Parts: sequence; structure tokens; C-alpha cells
Amino acid sequence: MPGDRTNLPRLALHVPEPQFRPGDAVDFAGVEIPAAGAARRPDTAEAAGEFRDLAYTLVRVLDENGRATGPWDPKLSPETLRRMLRSMALTRAFDERMFRAQRQGKTSFYMKCTGEEAVAIGAAFALDRDDMCFPSYRQQGLLIARDCPLVDMMNQIYSNTGDKLQGKQLPIMYSEKRFGFFSISGNLTTQYPQAVGWAMASAAQADTRIAATWCGEGSTAEGDFHSALTFATVYRAPVIFNVVNNQWAISSFSGFAGAEATTFAARAVGYGMAGLRVDGNDILAVYAATAWAAERARTNQGPTLIEHFTYRVEGHSTSDDPSQYRSAGEPTAWPLGDPIQRLKDHLIGMGEWDEERHAAMDRELAEQVRAAQKAAEGNGILGHGLHQPLDTLFDGVFEEMPWHLREQRQMMLDEETASGRPWDRK
Amino acid sequence: MVSEVQAQALEGEAAEQSGATTRMNMIQAINSALDVVMDRDATVTVMGEDVGYFGGVFRATAGLQAKYGKTRVFDTPISEIGIVGVAVGMGAYGLRPVPEIQFADYIYPALDQLVSEAARLRYRSAGEFTAPITVRSPFGGGIFGGQTHSQSPEGIFTHVSGIKTVTPSTPYDAKGLLIAAIEDNDPVLFFEPKRIYNGPFNGHWDRPAENWSRHPAGEVPTGYYRIELGKANVVRAGEAVTILAYGTMVHVALQTVADMGVDAEVIDLRTLVPLDIETIEASVRKTGRCMVVHEATRTGGFGAELAALVQERCFYHLEAPVERVTGFDTPYPHSLEWAYFPGPVRIGQALKKILKD
Repeated sequence: MPGDRTNLPRLALHVPEPQFRPGDAVDFAGVEIPAAGAARRPDTAEAAGEFRDLAYTLVRVLDENGRATGPWDPKLSPETLRRMLRSMALTRAFDERMFRAQRQGKTSFYMKCTGEEAVAIGAAFALDRDDMCFPSYRQQGLLIARDCPLVDMMNQIYSNTGDKLQGKQLPIMYSEKRFGFFSISGNLTTQYPQAVGWAMASAAQADTRIAATWCGEGSTAEGDFHSALTFATVYRAPVIFNVVNNQWAISSFSGFAGAEATTFAARAVGYGMAGLRVDGNDILAVYAATAWAAERARTNQGPTLIEHFTYRVEGHSTSDDPSQYRSAGEPTAWPLGDPIQRLKDHLIGMGEWDEERHAAMDRELAEQVRAAQKAAEGNGILGHGLHQPLDTLFDGVFEEMPWHLREQRQMMLDEETASGRPWDRK
Repeated sequence: MVSEVQAQALEGEAAEQSGATTRMNMIQAINSALDVVMDRDATVTVMGEDVGYFGGVFRATAGLQAKYGKTRVFDTPISEIGIVGVAVGMGAYGLRPVPEIQFADYIYPALDQLVSEAARLRYRSAGEFTAPITVRSPFGGGIFGGQTHSQSPEGIFTHVSGIKTVTPSTPYDAKGLLIAAIEDNDPVLFFEPKRIYNGPFNGHWDRPAENWSRHPAGEVPTGYYRIELGKANVVRAGEAVTILAYGTMVHVALQTVADMGVDAEVIDLRTLVPLDIETIEASVRKTGRCMVVHEATRTGGFGAELAALVQERCFYHLEAPVERVTGFDTPYPHSLEWAYFPGPVRIGQALKKILKD
């Protein structure tokens, strides 16, 4: 029998609220930051149930003084560290330039990954070049670290005549099979089960390649995320799930994806999957966690979920204005610093780098980006004047064009003739 | 421009409400509708991605959380199926939820809750449970949004029994229709043509953009009024041909017939399901010709249903085959957006064809 409820307090709906709103002074003292080097590093053969604690802490290698410490230190060569630094700096220079290009009206849309460079680039260095990536829209660092020509990326951003996607996709929704980079969807987390499928196929074919995928913490709410984790667990798929917890999903803070209750790495626990929570602004931690997860995957230990704890320094996209919903003080107050600065400090501390070389590198990268931009703009910018050949619009709907599309294509070509200003045709 | 017929219609409807009017764009009109209906009915609850503190990525819910509190206007996790499923559950409790799906292109994860649940709840429970929810969602292209921010999926939902589908073409209609939709006891999909949020886009992308400030239907009552679902609006009276359109395409059609000097009767359907078949029939019987214009893809689109209905009911009055002017059967392209969009040239070609026969 139900009890007497007359003396019970009334129910109340809890709606999460972020700590800081526009105008608020920011103090991130409440964000728990375990010491670098404190998290243990289990053997990759250990069962997931043996190290659930790693889903609730932070794997960190670089300490506040830029020193690498603890069992997760991957002990990379100075040369590799400098290459990582260069990739991150190049990604940032590329972002700055393309953001400005959008503001100048040269394209419709852009998304920066400022402050999150380590998440993609650390992983790219830890994975093998032929491992397959199923990214979301903020992992341009994967392409840059895998040496995708900048001009190709820019051609896509400008939807110009050099764009091998034929201007069909929104800017930054790259597809680069030759760099192990799956076609990006504008819909959220659809890539998660697809990565599992690729990994299952690799296992079924007795291959040695693994898959990795990325989504934002906000997107973990989508059903695809949970379907992917279930399938990966069931089939022990050789896949690495990366949740990029950058605190904000457009205007919604991570609490709207469940962060008030637990960590995102803890999603792994319920599935019986290996889970790690990592300082996402520490490229050595990202590298080490990815390498560890890759080894597990490659030895049939199954999937790993890695939460990268980081911060979205810029707006969601060029269409967003974060000053409307969060405090302007947040990006600078973020307690885990800037990933480029941290690796730079580390290298300088090792005696393997200095301010002069860093400044020279930045100048060189800015020039490299500028030169690529000039070359890409030679193929046109998005605008009402320059287009892909008109009839490419109907290419690729099917492998072979059915009658109704052939008819519609003819209709479109007739229309352009009738318009009196026919566009380029192939 | 708005015809005399539309002006009269506006006047007639205006008689139902009292009080002041003011200039609004479509976003402001939608915001005003939500405000007015939330003020009148404490069960109306607004929810969706970024709709709370921020007020929505298109600002349609701006200020509502501050006014009505977080239990009536709240952000949600990024899960469209969750948003709609939760709305169905809140409706079962007795609330009147107005969830937003940020772009119509993101509605597909919610299909199961819309198609299998919201649409059938009344039927399968013999009226014991209903889903009095109104799902607002911006749709349509013309903003260089690429294939994930441009689609017109209304035909998927008009195919589903048990869901009403509404799309406004002016700020005035947007407010009156949205209030009626929210007050409706059945699930309604309210597709907002985002290309005309700020002004009545006439299809000429290479001309300066107009805003709603000079359009008669940009003058919107500040208070409560309804435009009943299922009532079309004859926005231009004419004798030569009947053009059936909705959303953005109403304005593109009006501009095209004006440019070509065609005496067309342009009907803004406003509600696709239930459809105002009487207005359509009367018009086609008068003009003897019928053209359907929509931005959505052609095959299996709502235009096919309209063409079928017109030939079933007006066959002996038709002097030419029903023409369909639509988007092409491809995903919405990014750079070739204006080659895809059914603009004045495509409508003009079809008009020449239908008037020649």
C-alpha cells in the first residue's frame, strides 16, 4: 500500500545551472584536479573491472612546472615532442586564418578547436597511420597531424573548384579516406556506431587495424552513443571511444549531458568497458591513454572509452556568440591551461626548445598557412559567382543515375540557359 | 506584396482579437506566440537544445526562461528522441509541451517517438492518452547550411497518420498558427521556414534582402489570436492558374507571377495536414490549371499528394496536367544551393508550360 504523503515535501524539478553566467567572476577552484603522475597505469591485459577508479580521476603527465611525471609518461623523444608541438601550432594557425576567412565572407561557416588541439593530435601520434578515424567536426588536428595538405582542407572550406567533395558539404565536414578519416556528418554521434562497425569488420577479417571515434560530451546524450557502446562491448570491438568534454555544447554546459552526476568516462563502467579520464590539455596524457587503449584493442581486449577533460575556448562555430551565455572569464581561468603552452614549457624545461625557436616556428607556420590560403583562393571562394560545375549537383546520389535524376539534371541545365546567366559546366 | 484578398483575410481575423499591433519579424512573432500562450496556460512547457538561458540558436525562445522560470522553459540534453519522448510523457501527465528540434535536419533520431508514439497514442489507447505536443523546428534552405541545415522533411510526416503538419509564411500567420497548434490536442509539427525568419525572401538571392518591416503581415497583434489549423489563405486572387505553396515558396511564387504578369491565384496552404481541400478545389475549378511548389525533394513529396487530390477531385475541370515545381531529388548541396532551390526561373518555366497547354 502506498504511504501517507501529506507531510512529504513537494516534488521539485531539477534543471541544471552552470556555475558562471555572463558578467560573473570565474573561479574554477571547485574543479578537482588530481596531481600529475598520481593515476596508476594498469597493465593493458588487466580486466576492465580492475581499474574502474581511472574513470573518476584524471590521468595527467605534465605537472604545473611542465615536467613529465608518473607511470603514464610515454617518454617520447624530443624530436617527436617537437613534431607534436608543431602540429598543434599549425592547427591553431590554420583555425585563426580560416575563422578570419569566414568573417571576411569567403565561406559560410567555420569551427575552431582552440584549446582542444591536444585531443586530436595526441591521438593521431599514438595511433598507427592506417588506423581508421571516425571524427566529429572538431578534430581537424587529426588531418593536420597526418599531413593532409592544407590547401586541400581549404578547398573544401571554400567549396571551390578544387574541392574534391564538389562543394556538396558544409565547410569543415571533410572526408579524407587516404588519411584514414571518415566523412564527417553534421548530425551528432552518428559516427560512433559506424566506428564500431568498422572495428568489428576489422576483427572479423582478422586484420590488425583498429578504429577510433570522437564526439563531444553533449553528444553522449544521443542514442547512437549508447548503441555504439553496447555493440562494442558485446563484440569486444577494437575501437577507442573519445569523449571530448570541452564543457560546452553550444550554450548548454556539461551538466545537460549528465556531468553533475558523474564523469563521462564513467559511462564505460556501466558497460563493463575500460574507461579512462584524461587531462585533455596534456598531450602526453592523451598520447599515453590512446596508446594504452590501442594496445588493448589490438590485443583483443576490446574497446576503451576515454574522456578528454578540456575546455572549448572559442564559440561553438562562427554562428555562435558565447558571450551571450557564459562568462568571458572562463577561457583564461581554465585550470588546465593551454595545451600548446604546456608542451612548449615542457620542451623548454628539457632544454630542447626555446622562445626564439618557438617564435620562428610560429612565423614559419603562419607563412605556410598564408601560402596555402593563397593557393586555395586561386580555386575560388564560396560566393555567388564561383561554383562547382553545375551538373555535379546530380553526381553521387547513386552509383548510376536513374531516369528521374537524368530528367531533373536536364531540367536544371535548361533552367540555367533560360536564366540568361549560365554557370560553368564540367 | 499582399493582395486585397489577403488584406481582407487579415482584417477578418483581426476582428477576432482586440488590442495593439506592432511590427515583428517571424522570430519575434513566434516568441510572442509562446509568451502569450504560456501566460494564459500554465501547462505550456518549452524545452529543447539551447532554448533556455540562451533563448535558442535562432533566439525564438529569448526571454521566456527569465519570465516563466526554469521548470517551464528548459534546456535539454542533445537527444532528439529524448526530447520528443519526454514531451510525450509530459503530455501524458497533463502538460502541453512545446519542444524545439533545433533544425528539421536533426529530427530523424526522434522519428520513433513521433511516428510510433505521439502519432498513435490517441488511437491505440482509444483516447485514454493523447500527445498534445507541438514540435517546433526550423526547416528549408537558402542559408548555405549544407545538407544538414537545409532540408524540408515535411513530406515524411504528412505521410504519417495522426500528426498535423503546419508551416507559416508570415509573422502574422506564424503567431496565430502557433497558438492554435499549441492549443490543439493532437501532436503538431510546426515547421518554421528559416529563410523567411527575417524577411519575405522572394527567390532572388542576388537582390538585396527584404525584411518584414514593410510587409503588411509583419504587423502582428501583441495579444492572443488564433489562425485555425486546416484553413488555407488565398494570398493572391487570380484566374489563370492555381499555385499551391507554403512557407518560403509562397513569396517566391508571388514574386514570380508578379514579374511575369501572370494572373495566378496563389494559395498558401498554411496547414498540410489537415488540408483545406475546399479552398483548393474551388480555386482549381475556377482556373482549370494547378501548379504545386515546394522546396522539398520531388519523389514522394507532398506535391505528389496534392497533384493526386487535384486530379481525383477536379479532373474534368483541368485544362493541363498538374505541374510540380520542387527541389531536386538530391541531398541539399552547399555551393550549388541556388541551382537546387526552386526559384523564379524554375517556377517561371513551369508556368509557361502549364499556361501553354
